[in-house]
Amino acid sequence: MPTALEARNLVKQYPGVLAVDDVSFSVAEGICFGLLGPNGAGKTTTVEIMEGVTPPSSGEVWYFGKPAGRKFREEAGIQFQNTALQDFLTVQETLEMFHSLYNRQADLERIIEECALGELLDRDNRKLSGGQRQRLLLAVALVNEPRLVFLDEPTTGLDPQARRNFWELVQRIRAGGTTIILTTHYMDEAHILCDDIAIMDEGKIISRGNPDELLRRQYKNVIIELPLEDVNGALDCIEHRVLESQGLIEVATDDVNASLQLLAANVTGLNRLKIRQPNLEDLFLDLTGHSLRA
Amino acid sequence: MLKRIFAIFRARNLEFMRDRSSLSWNIVLPVALMFGLSFIFSGGDRAVYTIGVLQSADQIDESVHPFLETRYMDFVPVASEADGFRKVARHRLDLLVRFDPPAQYWVNPDSPKGYYAEIALLQADQRNEIAKAQITGDAVRYVDWVLPGILGMNMMFSCLFGVGYVVVRYRKNGFLKRLHATPLRAIEFVIAQVASRLLLIIVITAFVYAGTKYFLDTRMEGSHLTLLIIAIIGSVSLISMGLLVAARVTSEELAGGLLNMVTWPMMLLSGVWFSLEAAEGWVRELAKVFPLTHVLDAARAVMLDGATLRDVSDEIAWLAIMSVVFLTLGASIFRWRSN
Repeated sequence: MPTALEARNLVKQYPGVLAVDDVSFSVAEGICFGLLGPNGAGKTTTVEIMEGVTPPSSGEVWYFGKPAGRKFREEAGIQFQNTALQDFLTVQETLEMFHSLYNRQADLERIIEECALGELLDRDNRKLSGGQRQRLLLAVALVNEPRLVFLDEPTTGLDPQARRNFWELVQRIRAGGTTIILTTHYMDEAHILCDDIAIMDEGKIISRGNPDELLRRQYKNVIIELPLEDVNGALDCIEHRVLESQGLIEVATDDVNASLQLLAANVTGLNRLKIRQPNLEDLFLDLTGHSLRA
Repeated sequence: MLKRIFAIFRARNLEFMRDRSSLSWNIVLPVALMFGLSFIFSGGDRAVYTIGVLQSADQIDESVHPFLETRYMDFVPVASEADGFRKVARHRLDLLVRFDPPAQYWVNPDSPKGYYAEIALLQADQRNEIAKAQITGDAVRYVDWVLPGILGMNMMFSCLFGVGYVVVRYRKNGFLKRLHATPLRAIEFVIAQVASRLLLIIVITAFVYAGTKYFLDTRMEGSHLTLLIIAIIGSVSLISMGLLVAARVTSEELAGGLLNMVTWPMMLLSGVWFSLEAAEGWVRELAKVFPLTHVLDAARAVMLDGATLRDVSDEIAWLAIMSVVFLTLGASIFRWRSN
């Protein structure tokens, strides 16, 4: 697959803060690429440099083999994390306004249907719910039939149902061949949507690859979770990795039977015990030593 | 409830105090206005009568004639006879006098102030060798004179605040950043803003003008088309000025301070409420840097004196130059996003 977008040695220095520290990566055409990291990791700055709305201190962004320029602006769709829309305009008027800014234009009727905005067309932008507003912002990002779409924290603040609906929408867009660059700090979102991810921390990319491959590479085991209060310090007998986090004890093991026998013999109650696969959050914790939402 | 009110009160005060640029403007602007006003109007008692003296020199030489020493009369040099006659006809000068031989004065028989100014002249003229001539013409009512000022002031506020504030708000809430991510160029955005506000202001100004014309029968000696051209080019220059002020500002309070800084001097020096004909020469020169001065001079010339497009071409040229300069500067330093 050809490379849709390439970041070359991006650096962004603010007074006293190195927000992006020599970041390079490329995104293949047609995939959903996730840029993950906690708040302040530098992912939004990195993406805004790639979107062309923030100039880098140094480095370059290339789009389909050429420096990103007017063609990129014409062919890219962007949904910012926080975007104000013009007051007193309806959904229909907002879409028409952005539609008119591009030479390359999508069929608005189709976009409205895809983003389920049909019943909201006459509604004032200010009177949309969080989920409706996100669907409108995504529709705005699609009005130019983009080859590449940036989605910056698109589901932050949405309820679980609205998030799932949004994921389905993104998956449909991805299935249509559009390249997607997603930034999020929701690991489940990244795992479900992304073909390829890069994990950022302190302005650097610290890991890169397919989510499942990354987890397989890092973990050969499963995790047993127990409430801390049920354990009462009886884990001294367990030799496997033990982690205390948010009132839970997590035991990583590649021999579940042996670990459960050991726990049954030493811990007073196992009624609240859970066994799960390691996820991207565990991976991030292992790589950086701090929580994703820290 | 009071606790919550105080918490918000305190937070807002902290925000304001920490926004140094806004704080500076809120302190600097009133102080500058106070000093400026006291300087401009520090000329002592205001004259009751305004007498034009036909002469080529810029300064009035009181030794030329005893009349020039009369108290409570403001003697202003008038370079051209035509200009002097027009002002006497419109009661903007109470008397026009020439002391160079053959000495002569011109008075409007319909002007009450002209009548008393003539008595004072004849009393001072002991040798009785100055000839009299009459110029007739209706007085320009204050409402006729002030109407262009009010229309112009409304244009100024609408153009400057209506555009400047909105651009700063768009920048602050991220809407400009979203537009920046599209193929839209800065100059395109700026022109769209100019066009939008221009349409609005021309419609509103035309509506107000039509209303005053209908209800107050205000004077219109010239062509409405010429007046429309002046309104259009004047509005463009004022909108461009607003865009220039807002080109980089990210705080609405700083924008307010900067816009006040340009609107208040125009209010005072562009001749909105009173004529600056009796003001010092440097004040009249300074006023020419403001677009509103040219708008009002041209509009009054058309409405009160029937000036043609050719007569006001200087003012129109100045407004066009100012528009181009403001727009070019504004577009070149335009910033899409806040820091």
